[in-house]
Amino acid sequence: MTPPDVVVTGLGATTPLGGDIASTWDGLLSGRSGLSALTREWVDRYELPVRIAAQLATEPAETLKRVEARRWDRCEQVAVIAAREAWQHAGLGDDGVEPERLAVVIGTGIGGAVTLLEQDDLLEQEGMRKVSPLTIPMLMPNGPAAYVGLELGARGGVHTPVSACASGAEALAMAWRMLRAGEVDVVVAGGAEACITALPLAGFAQMRAMSTRNDEPERASRPFDTQRDGFVLGEGAGVMVLEREEFAAARSATVHGRLAGIGTTSDAYHITAPEPEGIGASRAITAALRTAGVEPSDVGHVNAHATATSVGDVAEAAAIRSSIGDHPVLTAPKSALGHLLGAAGAVEGIATLLAVRDNLIPPTLNLDEIDPEVKLDVVAGASREVELHAAVSDSFGFGGHNVALTFTQA
Amino acid sequence: MTNEEILSGLAEIVNEVAGVETSEITRDKSFVDDLDIDSLSMVEIAVQVEDRFGSKVPDEDLANLRTVGDAVDYVAKHT
Repeated sequence: MTPPDVVVTGLGATTPLGGDIASTWDGLLSGRSGLSALTREWVDRYELPVRIAAQLATEPAETLKRVEARRWDRCEQVAVIAAREAWQHAGLGDDGVEPERLAVVIGTGIGGAVTLLEQDDLLEQEGMRKVSPLTIPMLMPNGPAAYVGLELGARGGVHTPVSACASGAEALAMAWRMLRAGEVDVVVAGGAEACITALPLAGFAQMRAMSTRNDEPERASRPFDTQRDGFVLGEGAGVMVLEREEFAAARSATVHGRLAGIGTTSDAYHITAPEPEGIGASRAITAALRTAGVEPSDVGHVNAHATATSVGDVAEAAAIRSSIGDHPVLTAPKSALGHLLGAAGAVEGIATLLAVRDNLIPPTLNLDEIDPEVKLDVVAGASREVELHAAVSDSFGFGGHNVALTFTQA
Repeated sequence: MTNEEILSGLAEIVNEVAGVETSEITRDKSFVDDLDIDSLSMVEIAVQVEDRFGSKVPDEDLANLRTVGDAVDYVAKHT
């Protein structure tokens, strides 16, 4: 018996480009930037070298109830907002799936770091009794998945892959595996991150991983460009509703595309540095094509991880050339969205699926002079119409995690 | 302080912590069964009660405050 196909029936997001899918996708296609100057007081207080970020376009508190905003860490807030949109989009309603056949997989890079830091300040300044009893459920990295699971009444499992910047993609990969294994009928899966605060910025800056192009925020994230100088920290969430094809067909659901295959590998090379030839990444892409039953020649588009670090971008380009070839047309959405860490793979997976659905590839911003080592066609300037049968989304994370997802037409 | 003043202050705290409408917060209501307030929120409420009324609520006493009326009487007795 062949394993069931996995279809996508719902999408949700809140990102630096917009508070929902429509505004985010429109922002990507029209080449808007979600990056801006970071004007919080602690930027000056700590003399941070990084003064730019990709902050949410819509504050979560605008759409949440007051008590929800009070009880949930920002990372949990964005997860629930994206999940609500995706769930509504999928049209499953209150009884569209048995609770025992519904699972949630929401990845995150670090979870409730802001809560951890704020509560530590309270402990230090005002003592034990001022520490919130909600501290632990707010900071635990499985909190976003758990709150989405509570909201939807999911009893088929709630999971949280944590693999740094590959977490969101790994969540989609895990959902695919659960559906293919027949464990459940529906999985709500994606990634969430919201940690734009002093310590993460200081830590990433000390790694020399971040752009310091502070005078030109919108020009700061420059994947594949010769003048790239690191990533720009972003925040947000992306969530998909994935279903077994037969289940979606039985309820006559609208299918927006397929998560046709996945590949996950690890480098065992260095804790943070990418393996420079992209061998592990290449193996992940090859696995994502093999599990999808898609030939390299069928892949018209790659949504690149491309964070705009000097080594990472060219290693990824090498991986794409060796696993697929030099024909796929690339885009690098972090040029517009910033780096959403644990949400990146989910939001970019959604962008890849929409590119396949609409046969439109969004432009890469700030690509003034492509690094000659890239040797691939990267869309710049304006979105490009390309007939797409299959596309791949790459995601990599500190720790040597490589995840590739293959999306195909509905 | 009158019991009415305590009730109104307590209602503001419960509204702030748990989002329950102040008009719902009456003496006969059970925190858990009627107002859907969990044990985590009860700890927050106890801290704010102490800040506002100056009456410390030890854990063993907190567990016995089943209804809003129980809490009002407790504060009246301990301020």
